[in-house]
Amino acid sequence: MADQTSRRGALKCLGVGACTLFTLSSGVFGAINLAEAATRKDMGAPLFVQISDTHIGFNKDANPDVVGTLNKSIDFINALPQQPAFAIHTGDITHLSKAEEFDEAQQLLKRMRVSEIHAVPGEHDVTDGPGTEFFNRYGKASANKGYYAFDAAGVHFIALVNVMDFKAGGLGALGDNQLAWLKNDLAGRSASQPIVVFAHMPLWTIYEPWGWGTAEGDQIAMLLARFGSVTVLNGHIHQIVQKVEGNITFHTARSTAYPQPTAGTGPGPGPLKVPTEQLPKMLGVTTVKLTRTRGPLTLADSTLA
Amino acid sequence: MTLKMFARALACITLLAYGTPTLADNSNVVVMKNFDFSPMAITVHAGGTVTWKNLDGEPHTVVSADGMFRSAALDQNDTFTFKFTKPGTYKYVCSIHPKMMATVLVK
Repeated sequence: MADQTSRRGALKCLGVGACTLFTLSSGVFGAINLAEAATRKDMGAPLFVQISDTHIGFNKDANPDVVGTLNKSIDFINALPQQPAFAIHTGDITHLSKAEEFDEAQQLLKRMRVSEIHAVPGEHDVTDGPGTEFFNRYGKASANKGYYAFDAAGVHFIALVNVMDFKAGGLGALGDNQLAWLKNDLAGRSASQPIVVFAHMPLWTIYEPWGWGTAEGDQIAMLLARFGSVTVLNGHIHQIVQKVEGNITFHTARSTAYPQPTAGTGPGPGPLKVPTEQLPKMLGVTTVKLTRTRGPLTLADSTLA
Repeated sequence: MTLKMFARALACITLLAYGTPTLADNSNVVVMKNFDFSPMAITVHAGGTVTWKNLDGEPHTVVSADGMFRSAALDQNDTFTFKFTKPGTYKYVCSIHPKMMATVLVK
C-alpha cells in the first residue's frame, strides 16, 4: 500500500514538476531519482513544507505575476499525495513591508492545506524598523521577539530572526539576547533529538560581499555540533545552496517569486530576469520528511516546471 | 510715460524678479544604482535637503546610523528627501543591503 501511494505520488510529482530528493545516510549527501525513491518503504507523509521569499508586491520584469507563481506553488503543495502537517515560511513574505502586501499574502497562504504556518521575517518584511506589520500578524509565537521554538513529531524546531540587527558590513545577525536564548534552549537537550533551525538569511557564510551569511554563524554551528541530526533551513538568496558539516545539513530554498544570480555574478543580489519558459524551473518549495531510520531528515526540492 | 522710461522700468522689474541669486543650491541628489549609493559622500549646507532616488530594480532604504532619518522601502524610481538642519557627519546605510554605506556631510 505504501509503495503504491509512493509510486502515484512519484508520477504526480513528475507531472507537476521536477523533483529532486536528497537523502542523508551517515552524513553522506546523495541525490536519488524519484523512480528509485518511489519504491522505498520509508516514503511517508512530509512532516512540513518550507516556502520562502514570496515577495508579494513585486511586479518587475523578472516576474510580473508573483501571485500567480505563489498560487502554483500552493497548488503543488495541496496536490501532494500526502499532506504535510504544517508549513514554514522563511521570510520575505512581502516585497516592501506594506500592510496591503501582508494582507494579500495572508489571504493567498491560507489556501495551503496545512494546520498552521510558522514564519520568520526577511529584511523586506521589516523595512519600517520595528517590523510592525510583520509582528502584528506573525508575532504571537515569539511574543514579538521574532525568535521562538516548538516541537513536532519529536523534532525540535527553532525559529531565528537575523534581519533586525545587521552588523556594519552587512551580514545578518542574531544579537546577544537571541544568541543567549539559543544557547539556553539547546542546553541539556538530548543529542539524539532531531533539530530543525530556520531563519531567513543563511546561517553560514555563502558569499560575504553580498551579505550572504550571519555574523554569529560559527558560534551557532558550535552550539549545534553535538546533536545527531541538525537541519538548517534558510531562504534569502532565491536559489538552492547546501552544505553538510558533520551532522548539520545547511540548505537554502528557492523563491516562489523570482530567481537571483549566483554569488558574485553581476553588481548585486537583485532580481534575475530569465527566459519565460525557464522561470518556473527556478521557483519552487521544499518538503521535508522525517525518515523513520536514524535521525536525518529527507529534503525534497520541487520546482514549478 | 516715454518708451525710454518704460524700458527702464521693465528692466528694473526684471532685475528685481531674477536678479537676487538663491542662497545655496538646496537640491542635492544621491542615487542608488547597482547596489551603491552615488555619490558615497555628499556635502550640503545646513538647511539644505538631500533627495535619494532608487534606480535599481531591487528596493533600497535610507537609514541613518544615529536614528535621525529612515525612508520607507523605496521601489524603483521612488524618492526620499530629508532636510539637514544641523552641521555634522551623518552615516547611513540601506537596511535591506547593509553593505551599502554612505555619508552626508553638513556644513
